[in-house]
Formats: sequence, C-alpha cells, structure tokens
Amino acid sequence: MNRNLILGAGLSSLVLLAAFLSFVWTPFDHAVLNIPAKLQPPNGTHLLGTDHFGRDLLSMIMVGARTSLAVALVAVGIGMGVGVPLGLSAAAAKGSWLDELIMRGNDLIFAFPSLVIAILITAVFGAGAVNAIIAIGIFNIPVFARISRGAALSLWEREFILAARVAGKTRARISAEHILPNIANLLIVQGTIQFSLGILAEAGLSYVGLGAQPPVPSWGRMLADAQTMVSFAPHLALVPGCAIILTVLGLNLLGDGLRDWLDPKLRVARA
Amino acid sequence: MLRYSLKRLLSLILSLAVASAVIFAVIEVAPGDPASFMLGVNAQADTVAALQAELGLDQSKLQRYLSWVSGMLGGDFGTSYTYRTPVAEMIADRLWVSLPLALFALTLSTLIAFPAGIYAASRRGRAGDSAVMGATQLGVAIPNFWFAMILVLIFAINLRWFSAGGFSGWDNGLLAGMRSLTLPAIALALPQAAILTRVMRSSLLDILGEDFMRTARAKGLSRRQALWRHGLRNAMIPVLTIIGLQFSFLLAGAIIIEQVFYLPGLGRLVFQAISSRDLIVVESVVMLLVFAVITVNFAVDLAYAAVDPRLRSRT
Repeated sequence: MNRNLILGAGLSSLVLLAAFLSFVWTPFDHAVLNIPAKLQPPNGTHLLGTDHFGRDLLSMIMVGARTSLAVALVAVGIGMGVGVPLGLSAAAAKGSWLDELIMRGNDLIFAFPSLVIAILITAVFGAGAVNAIIAIGIFNIPVFARISRGAALSLWEREFILAARVAGKTRARISAEHILPNIANLLIVQGTIQFSLGILAEAGLSYVGLGAQPPVPSWGRMLADAQTMVSFAPHLALVPGCAIILTVLGLNLLGDGLRDWLDPKLRVARA
Repeated sequence: MLRYSLKRLLSLILSLAVASAVIFAVIEVAPGDPASFMLGVNAQADTVAALQAELGLDQSKLQRYLSWVSGMLGGDFGTSYTYRTPVAEMIADRLWVSLPLALFALTLSTLIAFPAGIYAASRRGRAGDSAVMGATQLGVAIPNFWFAMILVLIFAINLRWFSAGGFSGWDNGLLAGMRSLTLPAIALALPQAAILTRVMRSSLLDILGEDFMRTARAKGLSRRQALWRHGLRNAMIPVLTIIGLQFSFLLAGAIIIEQVFYLPGLGRLVFQAISSRDLIVVESVVMLLVFAVITVNFAVDLAYAAVDPRLRSRT
C-alpha cells in the first residue's frame, strides 16, 4: 500500500461519510435561520462557526457535500457511459469513417470548456444543478472516449484478441468481453481524476450562479455568499474553501495511488 | 508539411462551421422571443412584429444563421437586444480586460512553472522534488476563485497593496492597469502553474533517460550542463503544447475570476447578457471563446508538426 492511496482514500471516505451522515444527522438544521447567533467564528457550540443568517456552517458543509459529490459523480457517469462506448467503437473500427467521425466529434466537444457549455445551457434553460451536471458531463465525454480508444488500440494488436477473432467473436463482443475489462483500471483512475475536476467545476459554476440554486446548499454558493463578508468574517470563505480543497486533494491522491497500485509493472517492481 | 497544413486548415474550417451551427441551434431552442421579452407582456402584436422585423427575427432560421456567420466573418456580430449597440464593439471593449488578464496569467504561470519544474526534475526523488510535487498537488486542488478571495483578504483588505476590485482602465497608464490585474492574474495562474510544473518535470525526466543525454554526460558534460544544453530544448515540445492549450482555458477561466474582482471583462458581459436575455451577446461571446480554443489548438498542431516531422504522417 502506498502513502498516496491511504491518504487519498482516507480524505475521500471522510467526505463521503459526511455526505451520507447528513441524510440522518447534522449538528443543527442547515436551513434554520438563527439571526441572534449570526457570524460566529468557530466555537464550542458551532464547531465551524455560523453564517450571516446564523446557520451552522458544519451542517451546511455536510449537506453541501451531497450536492458536490452528486453533481460530480453523475457527470463522471455521463462521461463514462457515453465516452467509453464511443472510444471502444472508434478503436474497433480503426481508420474507418466511424473512427474519424467519433474522433472529430470529440475534438469539437473539446473546444467547449464546461463553463462555456454551462453558460449556453443556462442562457437557454435557466440555472440549476441539473444543468451543471449536463455541462460537466458533456465535457467529460471526449476525455473518456480518447483514453479508452487509445488504450483499446494497443490491445487490438495483442495475440489474445487475435485468438478471440479467430474464434469468430464479433468486434463488438470482443470490445465488451476482452477490451473493456483490460482497460477498466485505466478508466477507474481517470474517473477519480475527472471526479475531482467535477467537484472544482461544480463549485465554480455554483459560485457564478450557474449551478445549484438556493435553498440547495452548495460549497460554491457558500463562497459566493461569503465574498462581501470576507473582511470581517473570514471563516465564511475559509471553511467551504478548505472543504473543496481537501475533497479535491483526497480524490487526486486517491487517483495517483490507485494508478500506482493497479499498474502491474509497478506491482512486479515492488514484489 | 504543406499537405498536412492544408488538411488541418480544412478541418479547422469544418470545426468552426459545426461549432457555430451547434451554438446557433442551442440558442434557437431558447423559449420566448427576444422581441416580446424586450417590449414586455403588454406589448401590442404589431409593435412586436415591427421589432422582430427590425432585429431580423422574422427571417427563416437558415437565413438568420447564414447572416450571423457572414456578419461575424466581416466583424459584424449584430446589435445587442438590450443596449442597441453593436455586439462587436461591446466585445472589443471587454477584450481589453480579458485578453491582457489571460496573457498576464499565462506569463506568470510560465515564469513559475519553468524554474519549479526544472528544479524538481534535477532533484528527482529528493526532498526538493517532494516539496515541489506536494505544492503542485495543493495547487491543482485549490479553486482559483477561492484563492482570489484569499488574495483580496490578504493583499487588498489587510495590507492594502492592491485594490480589492474594479479596473482603473488603460487610460491611466499601463502600470495602473497592470496593478488592477495583478491579483486576478495570480489567482488565475496558480492552478495552471501547478499543472505546467508537473508537465515540465515529467517531460524533463523522460528526456534525462534518453541515450543522447547519456552520450552528452559521457562526453564530459556535467549533469547541469547536459540538462541546459540538450535536455531543455527537447523537453520543451510537450510543454509548449500545454501552454497553448492553457491559453484558451485561461480566457474561459477569466470569466469566473472577473466576478471576484468586479472586472469589466467578457465574464461580466456574458452574465449580464444572460440575466437580461440578450442572447445575441451570449451567442457571440461563446462563439468567440470556442473560436479561440479551436484556432489555438490548430496553431499548436502546426507548430508541433513543424518541430516533429513524424507527426505529419500520423494523422
């Protein structure tokens, strides 16, 4: 076991735990206003302090973790669900018009940063968490399509694939039964990285008002609310900021750790 | 090289055409008609129709798409529904903030990443390397708009070295303009510098294992001399690619950072346009950003092929 993996898994599970725990328990009700207790710095009662409405920050962070994780997770799901089959089909039909079409389509989507997609969607349909999911999800598609095509291409040259073809399996079946399991490690690692990028993107979109709308708590919105009060209540910015940083850091370390752990070459070197 | 360039140019034009069609189609789906939105719910039908005719909204979709594209090719982006001024002028004004900001951030990120990456690669596996790599892990995890708020708290509110927001304009001198862009550029540059440092380091480490580097050492060059004379130049290829790609992301990323510092750039323009349903402005700004990404990628591809002839045959 390596250090990155342990640290990353630890941080990530902590955030996950906080998100799940928030469904059954939070120190205070995150939505209840308590004006007399407003803008308290971290103390014994409110471990992370309170905001300008007297809401408990720890409770808001815990509930906000749900939004961040859910948006990023579904966005990775969209990216994998659409991108991987596209990438595998492109590799199976290497050099054909289908391959060309998929890859050029990928290049095209790549030209639309997730923020730009979000701006377009919001301009048309209005802001909301679902739009953030779609924007980040669309941006993830070419990432997974490229990585699965690249990995699959080198596998198609291997002898065990040739054996499967000789046995009469179709290209689609070979892709599903032989290629996919062999690139799963790579996809898991990339999935972790896209997950952390998704958390950052969601926070950015919510911050500029294109993501989750009130009253749904989200880390990005908490930062937007904090902006005008940062001079006299810095904890309002520090708390959600640290939540984002620790989550992203944890997921990145987890990705790095998983890559080292899952890479057979490195595993042999360790043994 | 000529054949490759022509092929890439064709694909560039095709990409731009498809991208513009996609953007136009998405905006077309928007519910509500700009003319009735501008005139309010109590407007007479004939007034709405007159405004529609004035804005060119009574034409067919294909006609409108074609006139939009041909207008843009001639530098005419149409007229803003809200402000009744040419969109091209509005965008040009805002670009004077967003473009220098993106370039400033790109310069900063390169200035940070080069020494840091070279240092880390030359100290591979030692404490200095670990420290730099740890810092880059943190750098990619920090949201730039949050970092921007912290910079404001420290350098504007507490130390009062910079203003907390706003833009003094270039009329007050280059220095005053740069001063208002300094904190935003630092915030924007941080995550990019972290990524670039990692690319620089790994690219150098790949080169250090090459045979020609061993030959250089065998000829009697010290590790440092070999690195400077032979290593760096070869390691630059992937680094330049990333710098090219970063520029377009910095331009898009500037949109969020501008919100923190209340800078009158493309970001504020686009958010105001969204809230006032000035869709023609949204459409044009989005097209401009996508155009930037596609053309920068094109330029990077060409530069790459010019340096490395093997790439020309591959596509």
